[in-house]
Amino acid sequence: MNIVVCVKQVPDTATERKLRSDDKTLDRDAADGVVNELDEYAVEEALRLKEAHGGEVTVLSMGPAKTTETIRKALAMGADKAVHLHDDALHGSDALGTSYAVSQALKKIGFDLVILGSESTDARTGMLAAMLAERLGAPQLTLASKVEVEGTAIRVERITDYGYDKVEASLPAVVSVVEKINEPRYPSFKGIMAAKKKPVETLGIADADIAADQVGLANSWSEVVDFAAAPPRAAGTVIKDEGDGGARAAEFLASKKFI
Amino acid sequence: MSEILVLVDHVDGDVKKVTFELLTLARSLGAPAAVWAGPGYSDSAKARLAEYGAEKIYVAAADEIGDYVAAPKAEVLAHLVAERSPAAVFLAATGEGKEVAGRLAIKTDSGVIADAVGVGEGFVAEQSIFGGGVNVHSRVTRGIPIITVRPNSTAPVAAAGAGAEEKVEVALSDAARAARIVERVVQEKGGRPELTEAAIVVSGGRGVGSGENFAIIEKLADSLGAAVGASRAATDAGWYPHQFQVGQTGKTVSPQLYIAAGISGAIQHRAGMQTSKTIVVINKDAEAPLFEVADYGVVGDLFQIVPQLTEEIEKRK
Repeated sequence: MNIVVCVKQVPDTATERKLRSDDKTLDRDAADGVVNELDEYAVEEALRLKEAHGGEVTVLSMGPAKTTETIRKALAMGADKAVHLHDDALHGSDALGTSYAVSQALKKIGFDLVILGSESTDARTGMLAAMLAERLGAPQLTLASKVEVEGTAIRVERITDYGYDKVEASLPAVVSVVEKINEPRYPSFKGIMAAKKKPVETLGIADADIAADQVGLANSWSEVVDFAAAPPRAAGTVIKDEGDGGARAAEFLASKKFI
Repeated sequence: MSEILVLVDHVDGDVKKVTFELLTLARSLGAPAAVWAGPGYSDSAKARLAEYGAEKIYVAAADEIGDYVAAPKAEVLAHLVAERSPAAVFLAATGEGKEVAGRLAIKTDSGVIADAVGVGEGFVAEQSIFGGGVNVHSRVTRGIPIITVRPNSTAPVAAAGAGAEEKVEVALSDAARAARIVERVVQEKGGRPELTEAAIVVSGGRGVGSGENFAIIEKLADSLGAAVGASRAATDAGWYPHQFQVGQTGKTVSPQLYIAAGISGAIQHRAGMQTSKTIVVINKDAEAPLFEVADYGVVGDLFQIVPQLTEEIEKRK
């Protein structure tokens, strides 16, 4: 089975994240870049499927030069090879442009299964997997908490607000996974060393047949008008419990008409 | 006034509150037209949609729309966008709502905005990003604005609309029938409201200490008619089911009142609750970062404070 796992480098959520004042895009230099956490579950699931069914796991990541750090991490976990979609023309692409560029790269690579994390911790649109399914005409098996493959049949449990749906489709398919589908492995020392020798192919937009007028900030379908740091919340009242803390909290709730 | 399509969020014919919020928001910017996709449409659903201002109700009630993941709803909306040229399309910023929006954006060559907490003149959307640290105004510049709106960001206000019903027939494509839902599994919530829709959420974290101890969080929640949430530390420890996790990698909630007990408030958690209107924090550590966003905080032992609070609430009923 030919599995492509999409990973994204995102600013570390533990650091202060910013937008750039010049073009209002994500400031990738303001914070350390790390693998988007939910994508680690996607890599793990890809590796487990490969271990169970054979085949190959290819990492696909779109982003600037330093994205190679994230690609190496996924390779160190055990992926076989990687494709780095990297072109200045891609800078500032919105969800539509990104999904277009990634879908073109996927067509070039070829796949039986595409796996992604269900959302990124920076943009958090939660749309990319559905958009890839739409663009590729492939079944959308998103928000999966369980994935099973049998021959060309694929079944997932899709998390919903009321519980979950059991969903079935045929390969090739697009899957997005939620946290807790598995426990991502840590790269071993051997894995880290091996990752340095694994092939990483860099694709520019021309290499992946990506039309320049469908990607990048200037061609986005939406724009940031303005942004500002959220005003700090007005300082609240903090009391120390002197045996009546619960009762005083109830007073507060009553003053706000919650009770 | 120009029409704004609002995709009705419903489970088995039960219209969810976020739909009334979307209709209320749409009323301030145009003429709301509800779009029903899937089985379960009824006179009572129609009455509720009209009560909250739906001038029109487009009904695509074919069973098969509900049989497949996301794609059929996007096809119904794309059909209406082509026929009606609405000013905008609003959807709930839920897992499925965002997916339908994303597919619709591609079908209609239109921009899409995720997780708005408000929409103003010119369909400029307000978003709260980076765990609530930055407020952004954004707008769609190509096609029609497709905007998903976070539940609980608008107070639903009734104002009667005509509710003129119009049947819609859409022949689904083969691609829309690719991911088939073979079974829907409903998990027991203990009769509590849904986490993302609840007006009040009571969450427990590491300080709760065990799964059994979550009973005191549930009792407080039940005294307020609230949903129960949990921090990642609590769900990672297996004390509470994962689907109740509030935070960066879990659910984003924006209730009128959020009560956090035994949660220190790492960015992981704050990202999921910082836009709550009123925040109450109970923690034994006075230095817990969550106190920084608290409207009211109590420093002390949650095992003393939470039961006392529950008892006081019960007394006042």
